[in-house]
Amino acid sequence: MTERELSRVAATRRGVHDRLMALEPGRPPTFRPRRTLRLGVEFARQIKRRRTQVVLVLLLVLPIIIALAFKLGGGPDARDNAGALVSSATTGSANFALFTEFASVGFLLVVVVALFCGDTVASEASWASLRYLLAQPVPRARLLKQKLIVAGTMSVAANLLLPVWAYVVGGVFFGFAPAKSPLGGTFDTADSLWRLLVIVAYVCGQMLVVASLAFLLSVSVDNPLGAVGGAVMLVVVSNILDQITALDPYRHYLPTHWQYSWTDALSAPVNWDDMLRGTGCALVYAAVFLAVAWLRFDRKDITS
Amino acid sequence: MRRAELLSRLRTRKVLIPLVLVVALIAIGVVVAVTSSSNGYRTVSKMITGTPEPDGTAVRIDTTLYLPDTTPAPAVLLAQGFGGDKSGLAGTARTLAEHGYVALAYTARGFGDSGGLIHFDAPDYEVHDAKLLVDYLSTLPQVDKSKIAVAGSSYGGGLALLLAGYDSRIKAVAADITWNDLSHALFPNAVGEDPGVFKKLWAGTLFGNAFSSQLGAALDAVGSDAPPPGTPRGTVSCGRFAPDVCAAYQNAASTGTPNAAMRALMRQASPASILDKIKAPTLLTQGEEDSLFPLSEADANARGIGATGTPVKVVWRPGGHDDSSEGGYVATSAMLGWFGSVFGDGVSGTQPFEFSEQGAQLSSDSGRLRQQVRQAPGYPGIGGTPAQTRAITLSGPPQQVGAPAGGTPAAITAVPGLSGILSTFGAIDQATDALSAVPSQTAGFASPALSSSLLIAGSSTVQLTVSAKSTSDATLFLGLRDVSSDGTDTLPSQLVAPVHLTGLTPGRPKTVTVHLPWVVHTVPSGHRLVLTVATTDFAYQLPQDPRTYTIGLTGFTGALTVATSNGSVQTTGGHPVAWLVVGVVVVLLVGLGVAFVIRRRRSVLKPRADLSDVPVSIESLIKEYAGGYRAVDDVSFTVERGQVVGLLGPNGAGKTTTLRVLVGLITPTSGQLHVFDEPVVPGAPVLARLGAFIEGPGFLPHLSGRENLRLYWAATGRPDSEANFDTALEIAGLGASIDRRVKSYSHGMKQRLGIAQAMLGLPELLVLDEPTNGLDPPQIAEMREVMKRYAQTGRTVVVSSHLLAEVEQTCTHVVVMHKGKVIAAGATAEIAGAGGLQLSVSDPQRAADVLAGAGITATLVPATRALEDVFLGLIGEDLN
Repeated sequence: MTERELSRVAATRRGVHDRLMALEPGRPPTFRPRRTLRLGVEFARQIKRRRTQVVLVLLLVLPIIIALAFKLGGGPDARDNAGALVSSATTGSANFALFTEFASVGFLLVVVVALFCGDTVASEASWASLRYLLAQPVPRARLLKQKLIVAGTMSVAANLLLPVWAYVVGGVFFGFAPAKSPLGGTFDTADSLWRLLVIVAYVCGQMLVVASLAFLLSVSVDNPLGAVGGAVMLVVVSNILDQITALDPYRHYLPTHWQYSWTDALSAPVNWDDMLRGTGCALVYAAVFLAVAWLRFDRKDITS
Repeated sequence: MRRAELLSRLRTRKVLIPLVLVVALIAIGVVVAVTSSSNGYRTVSKMITGTPEPDGTAVRIDTTLYLPDTTPAPAVLLAQGFGGDKSGLAGTARTLAEHGYVALAYTARGFGDSGGLIHFDAPDYEVHDAKLLVDYLSTLPQVDKSKIAVAGSSYGGGLALLLAGYDSRIKAVAADITWNDLSHALFPNAVGEDPGVFKKLWAGTLFGNAFSSQLGAALDAVGSDAPPPGTPRGTVSCGRFAPDVCAAYQNAASTGTPNAAMRALMRQASPASILDKIKAPTLLTQGEEDSLFPLSEADANARGIGATGTPVKVVWRPGGHDDSSEGGYVATSAMLGWFGSVFGDGVSGTQPFEFSEQGAQLSSDSGRLRQQVRQAPGYPGIGGTPAQTRAITLSGPPQQVGAPAGGTPAAITAVPGLSGILSTFGAIDQATDALSAVPSQTAGFASPALSSSLLIAGSSTVQLTVSAKSTSDATLFLGLRDVSSDGTDTLPSQLVAPVHLTGLTPGRPKTVTVHLPWVVHTVPSGHRLVLTVATTDFAYQLPQDPRTYTIGLTGFTGALTVATSNGSVQTTGGHPVAWLVVGVVVVLLVGLGVAFVIRRRRSVLKPRADLSDVPVSIESLIKEYAGGYRAVDDVSFTVERGQVVGLLGPNGAGKTTTLRVLVGLITPTSGQLHVFDEPVVPGAPVLARLGAFIEGPGFLPHLSGRENLRLYWAATGRPDSEANFDTALEIAGLGASIDRRVKSYSHGMKQRLGIAQAMLGLPELLVLDEPTNGLDPPQIAEMREVMKRYAQTGRTVVVSSHLLAEVEQTCTHVVVMHKGKVIAAGATAEIAGAGGLQLSVSDPQRAADVLAGAGITATLVPATRALEDVFLGLIGEDLN
């Protein structure tokens, strides 16, 4: 049906007018702010997006590519002192998952988290759908809360999916085996899984910084790309500054300084020190970024 | 005005974010500049007269003095390692000077540009030279004479200890990777008997070093046409070694045992002889990767010095003679800390003991292995801290092992300067491990798999029975290996303990207690410890005749006593838990703060009961944007039930801004705005009684029109029964396209879907902003009808437009806006009719009467002028 035909149909719908004429006078609606934009609704809005599906496919394909690379490339060269996690990557599923995590934490997962959290409000603004949500009305603080919960859940899911899927892929390619610590010693399967869980939990905590900054940018700008790119840029800049040892001890307060402290979860008794520091640091950054996001958005004039 | 403009421009995000970034980068740059700018120093190089050679040859010592900015200051005499010269000390000297010390770096006699021969730390020569240098330091006005220290590494460390024993002016000592007794170091024996097994590879390397430095000097001499300074002619094979040292070494190297002269030389060059004389607080740093001067040498020094009550601090650091790339910074920073304490508040009593656990952590930067530092309150054996041990049971039958004639093939464990690399490979590659134990030459005794991980820190001991088949002596090399469940084995630090047994009766077993190598190593749980007893080792002088030994434990099983430690892991930079606590507290405080601020910001406007039947009431609404631009300037009007109110005005009149304020998207600068009785603030529940279509449609492009409407309604949280999907879909009139993605819609289709969305809940108040944009004439006519009928149900419609005809045809009432102000408001008929009469007569009544008298029926009617004329008249002055 062409546009022209459609318009003719629309113009001659007298039935609508009769229907409108038959309406009873309007009554105040049953409106409860706490039922607006429920999590299920927001999930439904986000899950069908192309970018969500691309990320999912990427996370599923990446471990397979790495495994194939090791398989075809003949495994890591034990003699190049390129990192203990690389050289033990092919010993089994758990080590493969550890290596995949190590390879992804620095950038891939950062981009994924920045994407989920940075694009969530900014894309609504760019589609102009934000103003219709707010006019329904979804209370602003609630909109942020619901959006953050959904974006955060998707980020956690990505963080969880990657190592779990890598564990499975590693198991298929290299056999299911408990983790062999690069520090010497082998953990049993339960211990390996527990440590993997600690690692994923810690990495999620670290991602709070990226997530909260991306979210702050998301409510501040109307361009999703700007929000995602801004958050990723922070990580890149922080990583560069972290290389400057002359910045000691101020370096310790950089948002990404403790990014890889999860490797301490591989020492024989888990060494929690740096992970505690990193988590504390991330909480402070997240609290500040999110507070600014809430305060800004609460007063913001929505002109998009 | 310009200032205000500038400030307001600065406030906009596009300027603010880069500005914040630039400021942050500048701040970081300043911090870097401040923290990395070091204190200055200057250097003075000078040749100082040293101790003459026995033949009377004058000897001059090449020195460089590093003077800090602030003097007088404590002074540190820096002694060089074997084979180097003062240039190798430059880094350490600079560091000391930057920390406020006077540092005197010098080239020892027999090396570099200094004159004289090498007497190997002899008290009469090298030590005496150092005394002369202390004399020199004492004459300098920049030196605090009560605070003179000596420091050195290896050869220099030996000298530091000896000087402290011979010269009471020395008030602090830092000796790194040095020896206690050269006879133990060069002829070690793990059963404590004398003599031990000659460490031929290391001894050769040491002496070869001095030869090659002489070769270098000789090559320099070719260029300069002069003999290298202090080189006596005719002693080419001895290089710059003193003849007596040279002869003693050559004898030891050929026989494998020290003669009397060698013993005497080694004794006088050993701190062991003067430890009880050292009264200066002493720091001993020893490398964990050191087959030349193992940790046992530092242990003997520490016990000797500590026995007289002198404070001693022991640090086992990474690296050592086997791996010189590691650990130098640990030694330097430990030295700085030690001198700081000694010359600061002073040190006394038991000193903490630190050691580093190699590969105990993964570097979070590179994923490579790195060490972690552990600290115990005191060094075992000094100050009453007992050594900690754990008993492990070994088992294995007695085993016969052979030693090949000439000692080849030999096992390769620690090769000078190479074993660091070997142990790296050894942990991962079994092929190289095969080198460190030759099967037919090695007996092994294994422990069961350990149930918990075990930190070995020190020397373990074990009892063995050894019998030789046909000789009265035996040479053996013991190693304690860490074997994982998959068979990979590691020899910690690649160290073996050489054993030389004498006085054996052939065929009769002798029981001996052996001290295994001093190592720091963590054996993970599940691994086993394996004691290996080998007959060969590449680094040592081996018997030339073939031999056969039988090695066994004292029973079928034997006890291995493993030295361990309860040292706690050193944490850097405060308490880790504090960081987490701070993080959680900040989260709570910030969370409470934000909640408080947002609550305070909530409008203080009260509901107005008198307006409960007035859909829209706007009073004195002003919206001023940054920069002082007033988009809406003092707008007031009300909208009653059942009206279709047109908001009319040219572009930029403030219509859309007014509507955005009406639905809570924009906060007004001032003024009151009520929808029914409730004041409008962002998110006010009363907005649920309002359906809006503002400045174009907004949909999720990846969903279909139908899904968009469904999710829109679901997001309101209101029951489906309150939504009228059928009506909305009919208004949208999209037909089958409703199930296509919105992405593919034309502008008009989106527009109609947007209007349908606004009407979905059949709201009491419908707000439409330019609803007919992009619609074609039939659709516009349709929309007009929809709005009229909608209002007839008692609901209210507010519609904005810049199309006069449209407003005139649709609206019952009209509000005309221009430049943010309301310039006319009222019933459309009134506004349109406010223009006067079409026939202008001076007296209409009379005119009517006249007309009636003339037989013409006349009625007075108000002229209906087109709204357009009124509108243009109202804003006319601006159009011209």
